[in-house]
Amino acid sequence: MTTVDASLPQPVQRPASDSENYLTHAHGFLSWAFTLDHKRIGVMYLASTLAAFLLGGMLAMLIRTELLTPGQTVMDADTYNNVFTLHGAVLIFLFLIPVIPAALGNFVLPMMLGAKDVAFPRMNLLSYWIYATGAIMLLGVLLTGGLDTGWTFYTPYSTTTNTSVGLAMLAVFVLGFGNIFTGVNFITTIHKLRAPGQTWSKLPLFIWAQYATSVIQILATPVLGITVLLIFVERTMGIGIFDPNLGGDPVLFQHFFWFYSHPAVYIMVLPAMGVISELIATFSRKPIFGYKAIAGSSLAIAIIGFFVWGHHMFTSGQSTLAGTIFSFLTYAVAIPSAIKVFNWVATMYKGSIRLDAPMIYALSFLWLFGIGGLTGLFLGNLGVDLHLHDTYFVVAHFHYVMVGGTLAAFLGGLHFWWPKMFGRMYNEKLARVAALMVFVGFNLTFFVQFIAGTKGMPRRYFNYLPEFTIYHQISSIGAFLTGLAFFVILYYLVVSLIKGRPAPANPWGAASLDWQTTSPPHPHNFTSDPVLIGPYEYSALMWNEEIGGYVLRPEVAARAGHGQEAQA
Amino acid sequence: MNWLSMVAAASGEATDIKGGTFWMPASASTTAPEVDFVFYFIFAISAFFFALIIGLTLLFVIRYRARPGHHEQPSPSHNLALELTWSIIPSILVLVMFWYGFKTFMDQYNPPANAYEVLVTAQKWNWSFEYPNGYIDKDLHVPLGRPVRLVLSSQDVIHSFFVPAFRVKKDVVPGRYNKVWFEATKPGTYTVFCTEYCGTGHSDMLAHVIVHPPEEFEAWLEKAANFLDTLPPAEAGRMLFEQRGCGQCHSLDGSPRVGPSFKGLWGRTEKFTDGSEITADENYIRESIVNPQAKVVAGFEPVMPTYAGRLKDKEITYIIEYIKSLDKEQP
Ligand code: HEC
Ligand SMILES: [Cu+2]
Ligand SMILES: [Cu+2]
Repeated sequence: MTTVDASLPQPVQRPASDSENYLTHAHGFLSWAFTLDHKRIGVMYLASTLAAFLLGGMLAMLIRTELLTPGQTVMDADTYNNVFTLHGAVLIFLFLIPVIPAALGNFVLPMMLGAKDVAFPRMNLLSYWIYATGAIMLLGVLLTGGLDTGWTFYTPYSTTTNTSVGLAMLAVFVLGFGNIFTGVNFITTIHKLRAPGQTWSKLPLFIWAQYATSVIQILATPVLGITVLLIFVERTMGIGIFDPNLGGDPVLFQHFFWFYSHPAVYIMVLPAMGVISELIATFSRKPIFGYKAIAGSSLAIAIIGFFVWGHHMFTSGQSTLAGTIFSFLTYAVAIPSAIKVFNWVATMYKGSIRLDAPMIYALSFLWLFGIGGLTGLFLGNLGVDLHLHDTYFVVAHFHYVMVGGTLAAFLGGLHFWWPKMFGRMYNEKLARVAALMVFVGFNLTFFVQFIAGTKGMPRRYFNYLPEFTIYHQISSIGAFLTGLAFFVILYYLVVSLIKGRPAPANPWGAASLDWQTTSPPHPHNFTSDPVLIGPYEYSALMWNEEIGGYVLRPEVAARAGHGQEAQA
Repeated sequence: MNWLSMVAAASGEATDIKGGTFWMPASASTTAPEVDFVFYFIFAISAFFFALIIGLTLLFVIRYRARPGHHEQPSPSHNLALELTWSIIPSILVLVMFWYGFKTFMDQYNPPANAYEVLVTAQKWNWSFEYPNGYIDKDLHVPLGRPVRLVLSSQDVIHSFFVPAFRVKKDVVPGRYNKVWFEATKPGTYTVFCTEYCGTGHSDMLAHVIVHPPEEFEAWLEKAANFLDTLPPAEAGRMLFEQRGCGQCHSLDGSPRVGPSFKGLWGRTEKFTDGSEITADENYIRESIVNPQAKVVAGFEPVMPTYAGRLKDKEITYIIEYIKSLDKEQP
């Protein structure tokens, strides 16, 4: 230590050698397939979920092409039924559920805690391979007779159709274990591996969201597993559980299914909310407003979310008392979501707001999730739902929530952590253009679907009355625009890997600990203990022109007395 | 109006979807205005909050955008009064929403005592409506201004009965009877959709509700119920073909649908999945209707439902006459 250069007590920005870069310290297929490194597992999840997204997205394009005109446009009714079923099943089970926790979460969660890895690295690897097995099984239905039940698998249709429901059920069963293992891993990691001094109130909100999500995954997924097994048993052995012809009750299936699948909405949305908390705070350079309220509302949503499943069944003939209770609780669960939104907006107050690509996604999240959440108020309403249930209003609503919300947050998070993951910056201008394209295309696709729905257009319709043509055509144009945007994104992300500007350790000035290691990180994440600062303590950071990124203020770095070793 | 032209009117254009407002289809039942009121009430509150959130976001993004010389300024990172306000006000508003919804739901749930009852049967992929006098129609005819109670049952999978203009929807679940009621307030023709996914023909599982002025309704029903006696056999057979949903699976133009086309069926030599053959005559057609799985035509799935007990002997005879007549029409 000879000089007092402000940049000196900082960790190095980039790995000094290939052996200090988690991407390059080992080579070859086996070094990935058997890796215990949470970052590599995260990257494998990322690649796999993106492949699933590509497939599901292509199927969406097929749907929107078919619906350009009433009657048959490019495929027959049975093909269409297979296409929309796989679209839903692939995107929900292979993309939306795992994408943020297993891809982004795996990558950043241990680093946010200053940890070397998750609590159970072997189990983490196992969950990836379970996911891969389940994914292959699910795609196997393409070769074994297709799947035409809709992703909801309603009985007795699913127990009597002659498509490959049995295999799909086993696939969903297997996939569930991947989720459960990830949940167990994250909860243990958060409890046991936090950096010394990192108390619960010093956790980034992304961690809180992951925690709440993991709780749901562990408690809800087994119910889905049992339910799909029951369908399997009914189909293969003819034991009557759901089919009234065999003495079963088809509505019982709906109770079981939604007992998982409503909380599953939060499995998809809570991690998204976690990402948004990080993005809005970072790009406003303000500590998050109402930290406790946001963290607490994640838990409230996770808990109340278990008791609202019946709002999918207002028309099923369930008792009025049940309907009333479910509607009431549905409205109750709206409040914590609303609180979060108000907190995010308040966070921007008096900030210094930068509109980098991740922030554009975060702002579009507010818009899209705002619409998605508010339209939920219509569907949670006992009276209005009788009109809107199973129409395009519902289709639009859940796409706004799950695609608008989860996908926007995922893309925001991906752009945010991309430099950390791969050590490269992407073309910021193209990224902003693509973000706007996604936003415009998405709204074009789904907003008209609300109108089609209130007008009476039922969902899962291959054919439709000519009165609905205009809504479908606008929607299809929007979908094609959105599809195009994804190819733009794919293009500049791939280019960035090849010739992107090398990323500094902390390009955005985020305060969580993951930004204190090199970009890309060392195989063991940190070469010295990170300096414990608050997750939103932006005053501890300063811009360094030379590096082109943010560094800890010298007095902060000194306060912990670490840092220097990183230079050694 | 004679009977056939009434049928034509019945299957006439429904304008309920096009009609109505920007958001809603035509409103033609006593509970529809109630539902619409709650809809617009929630709409107004949602629009207000959406504008508030997006307006503030835009305001902050513009005022506090990062630019040379601008720095973030300290502000409290929580504020109990503010946080309580934005928790309590929305809570009250959603309570009001819930209450309105609950009231509407109860009104839609409890039919008045004097309701006119129609039995509705759903099967892949058509509806049949059975009136108190035993007459069965593919469309639902109802009197204006009188509560109508539907008893819904399904022959196979779950379907759902939806009339947008009445704002009513109820699942039709096999193995149980669900009930739904409405009271039509405007004469006209309205669309019935199936809204629970049920397979290949789900999106074609449509029907009409025809609302008759009360004095015409009884006359219509009497005439309609007598068609077996008043129409020539082949004509009556055609009515049955249409009313009982055979047309969902059997075409008249030679193109196969779910089942073989009726064009040229009479006297055709059919091959079956077990390899045997038969030339279609009265007895074969009769067997195909009452015991469809006995001989399954090659190239088709054994999915035709049995009509044993659901079609009377006379009705089957008339359908056979109709199938015969199809052949004679051909040059
Ligand atoms: C759900 C679809 C469906 C409905 C509704 C349906 N059928 Fe069929 N029908 C089939 C199928 C599939 C076959 C061929 C397989 C078989 O022979 O069972 C068939 C075969 C037949 C045949 C033998 C045709 C041939 O070419 O040999 C006759 C006759 C027939 N149906 C009459 C009727 C009548 C009359 C009705 C209405 C009362 C009716 N079907 C309703 C599906 C249907
Ligand atoms: Cu739900
Ligand atoms: Cu249907």
